[in-house]
Amino acid sequence: MEVWQTFVKMVHTLVPWFDGTVAIILIIFIKAMALLIPLMLVVAYFTYAERKVIGYMQLRIGPNRVGPKGWLQPIADALKLMTKEIIFPTKANIYLFLLAPVLAIAPAIAVWAVIPFDEGIYITNLDISLLYVLAIGSIGVYGIILAGWASNSKYPLLGALRSAALLVSYEIVIGFALVTVVMIAGSVNLNTIVQAQQGGIIYWYFIPLFPIMIIFFISSLVETNRAPFDVVEGESEIVGGTHVEYSGMTFAVFFLAEYSNMILMAVLSVIMFFGGWHSPFEAIPYLESVFSWIPGMIWLLVKTTFFMFLYLWVRATFPRFRYDQIMRLSWKIFLPITIIWIFVVALMTQLQLSPWF
Amino acid sequence: MGFEQIIFYIFSFWFVVSSLAMIFSRNAAKAVLFLVLAFFSAASIWILLEAEFLAIILILVYVGAVMVLFLFVIKMLNIDKSTIKARFTGYLPLRLVVAIIIIVEMSLVLGPSQFGLDVFSVPARHSEDYSNITVLAMQFYTTYVYPFELAAVLLLIAIIAAITLVHRNDTNRKKQSISEQVNVQAKDRVKIVSIFLPNKKEK
Repeated sequence: MEVWQTFVKMVHTLVPWFDGTVAIILIIFIKAMALLIPLMLVVAYFTYAERKVIGYMQLRIGPNRVGPKGWLQPIADALKLMTKEIIFPTKANIYLFLLAPVLAIAPAIAVWAVIPFDEGIYITNLDISLLYVLAIGSIGVYGIILAGWASNSKYPLLGALRSAALLVSYEIVIGFALVTVVMIAGSVNLNTIVQAQQGGIIYWYFIPLFPIMIIFFISSLVETNRAPFDVVEGESEIVGGTHVEYSGMTFAVFFLAEYSNMILMAVLSVIMFFGGWHSPFEAIPYLESVFSWIPGMIWLLVKTTFFMFLYLWVRATFPRFRYDQIMRLSWKIFLPITIIWIFVVALMTQLQLSPWF
Repeated sequence: MGFEQIIFYIFSFWFVVSSLAMIFSRNAAKAVLFLVLAFFSAASIWILLEAEFLAIILILVYVGAVMVLFLFVIKMLNIDKSTIKARFTGYLPLRLVVAIIIIVEMSLVLGPSQFGLDVFSVPARHSEDYSNITVLAMQFYTTYVYPFELAAVLLLIAIIAAITLVHRNDTNRKKQSISEQVNVQAKDRVKIVSIFLPNKKEK
């Protein structure tokens, strides 16, 4: 925080009115932009990576026409979507129709405010940041529900109904899964959760919470409407689900929200279970000093990229689940396992199991 | 007027406006959305009161789960708007009486005589490392642990009661046995019958 105070003082000497409330608002704005612009770039190139990775997995090449090796493909896609006409379905509720994409993207971006990227690098250090992530993340479902309802069309409505039921049931699973993380770390602050995993790879929570880690990963696939749980879109069943009536920029906004949520879930899994910004070579005699020059943020991003790759890998590998199978997975398999694991973690805490407690 | 006051007035303005809009909007889905906005503004005001845990729980439980289910139900109902309008004017006198009684009761309980500055002093600002959730947890799990557990058991009973009420008539329900579906073999489904084909030479 001292960096910002010196920054304010420096600018204050140049521009006298830059002080107090104005400075606070401007600094919040600068911080938000510093996060938002890289995030949007990552989202754009994540779509490119998705097409390339799945392409190679299916023995194709993927996009390779626009720019060298297709590197400009996401830019071309964005330009195309921006210039396309936005079509409003007849008798659709225009206000809610336009509000839906906003409600989808706003929470998807707002959640990033509490994500710690490195020791002391975050937009805000909220005391209850994990609950904030859950609460704001749960608002994103309104975007999909409203999109389905306001479109005045049958397939979107079906998609929205599926989405509402899925998201509500999997939020319970994710909530219970994160309870175990909170029990070990003793805090709902994401910074503290990462700091508690300091001291080498065996301190990371994926070891004591291995089943929970897998459940969290699968639930995050459902939460982000990814294959093999993409029944909300389900191209072969309900055309495009909630996106059927959306075109041009309104569709692009849904797309941005979905991919931004996916990256968020990858970052969350790293923060919860894979030591956040800590290096995997910590406490290993020789390797620790060799890799000590790499900043923590790079480690976080490398681990996050691995999880993002997992999302693509899963999509290229598994066929789509049937709707009732997804529901059964949530209520009859995941929920009992997470509840049992809460008792297991409580037992671990009582036994003072090293090295995690 | 400080920065915090400006924020407070913005949120309380939206709170009042969205609550009124919730009551007066004809469309049930819009009413639900205005209620969501009202919850959101209430949560923001609670954050200004340093009750951030309660604020987040309000959003997580009511906005994230309860109102989603509300919207879910409303979307599947086909509500006739004219009947709602007729009923609104039909019972108006009775409703006015009930509303006035509620307003009087609330002003007696929550009015300045109970919560004025002469009864309660101005709440002090806590320091930067004050943790609302820690303070709440210390109270819940030490001083009030038995009432807290009792409330949890009560909620569990409510859940079980609701499920048993829905599942009372266990006849005529379609069920899928996943293990049966997975273990199905080709020979259970497909029957290969040899059909006598006339030999070409005999023609």
